[in-house]
Amino acid sequence: MQYLFSVIAEGSPDADEAEMAAIDVFNERLQADGNWVFAGGLGGTDSATVVDNRGGAALITDGPFVETKEFLAGFWIIEAADLDVALKLATEGSKACNRKVEVRPFL
Amino acid sequence: MTDLREAITQAHRAEWARVVAALARRFGDLDIAEEATAEAFVTAVERWPADGVPPNPGAWLTVTANRKAIDRIRRENKRDDKQREAQMAYDDSPPEPTGAVDDERLRLIFTCCHPALAPETRVALTLRMVGGLTVSEIARAFLVQETAMGQRITRAKAKIKATRIPYRVPSAEDLPARVSGVLAVLFLVFNEGYLATGPDTDPVRHDLTTEAIRLARLIRALLPDDGEVAGLLALMLLTEARRAARVSPDGELVTLDRQDRNAWDSGLIAEGHRLVRERLASGVAPGRYQILAAINAVHTSPRTDWSQIIALYDHLLRIDPSPIVALNRAVAVAELDGPEVALAAVDRLAGRLADYHAYHATRADLLRRLGRDDQARAAYDLAIDLAGNTAETAYLTRRRDQLIS
Repeated sequence: MQYLFSVIAEGSPDADEAEMAAIDVFNERLQADGNWVFAGGLGGTDSATVVDNRGGAALITDGPFVETKEFLAGFWIIEAADLDVALKLATEGSKACNRKVEVRPFL
Repeated sequence: MTDLREAITQAHRAEWARVVAALARRFGDLDIAEEATAEAFVTAVERWPADGVPPNPGAWLTVTANRKAIDRIRRENKRDDKQREAQMAYDDSPPEPTGAVDDERLRLIFTCCHPALAPETRVALTLRMVGGLTVSEIARAFLVQETAMGQRITRAKAKIKATRIPYRVPSAEDLPARVSGVLAVLFLVFNEGYLATGPDTDPVRHDLTTEAIRLARLIRALLPDDGEVAGLLALMLLTEARRAARVSPDGELVTLDRQDRNAWDSGLIAEGHRLVRERLASGVAPGRYQILAAINAVHTSPRTDWSQIIALYDHLLRIDPSPIVALNRAVAVAELDGPEVALAAVDRLAGRLADYHAYHATRADLLRRLGRDDQARAAYDLAIDLAGNTAETAYLTRRRDQLIS
């Protein structure tokens, strides 16, 4: 079963040096224990561009799809047997990156 | 016919959670487990009048519910083969025989009280899956529309399935936190029964208090060494014991000091005291529920020792430094050191309890005892505005109207 861990940030999207080091340790553990699928950090919302091609004529807009105080700063995709395992990993991940983590299953 | 109805009611109380739990384990799907169990009980109502009550109703219900579940999965298979695979791969071990499934019910309770579910959803799901209450009964208990309650339960089952909330007793390291989550659910159910909110409900909802006690007894049977489980059960028993004396014939709340002790249930009090003594003898540091139970044990002793109650509240404040605990401590202080000292302590909580009816009710009572009627009346007015329980409102209104000036 795969889960998406969304890293929810407020203020700066970038991890500082100590956070980066803790994230590296966490990532190595995920890889060693077979929970690792993929992970990545994202540029800030000011680097976002929204494309809407539902009407056939693509509309390109600067900025995120919705302005919020909290935003997605990065993510992990995790392999875990069940939600308890996933929540335990998210607990460690939240500590490592020093931010909130939202856990959602892939269908 | 009465015997038959009694047999079915009895089977429902005793077997519902066992059957749901056994099926949930076998099929890995709470929805199927719940519906098949409900169908098995419908079949019992149809068949037992003609066939007679089977010698082992639990086994009969489990077998019948298993068949219903397999029928349903077969029907759905025709629609969706992929789903079938997912369901069947979850756990294909055979169902355990009835009688040895106690830990299955425990799994069920932990799943229903999972921290990934919203607290009000945990309560509803526990009452449905473990308590066997119907959706309409639960909706009535919590004053929400039946369709809304149905949706809440359906969404919870969908989340359990989609996110794969596991169907098992948590690991030893997680157990204390998870047990306390389960106890919080039972305490919520009990409190809603004991001090029901809403202008049109009975002031005491006996069905909810009884169900909470029944589930607490079940958990105690499953986790006999857990002190907080024993503590919560004792707390509920000692509170429930005073039920008959708590509301006057004309629907007014009766405070503890004015209750008719002869109307208390001596059997429940004896059982509660026994549990409190058992915990004291264990020598293990008590948690919140055990301390609350001990306070209630003192209240239900022949003579109330207020200094002991204050000492217990001091202990409680160390592990739960909440303003509500401080407020209750002040009530005891009034008995030992007088209303003036107590009022000073209560007034210090103003900032944090301004929206809490019991804060204003306590102030009103202390001000009344100090003869400060004008201030007492204002405090009663605030308390009446905030109180949700009909019997409590009636009591506060009479008290206010008795003020002379």
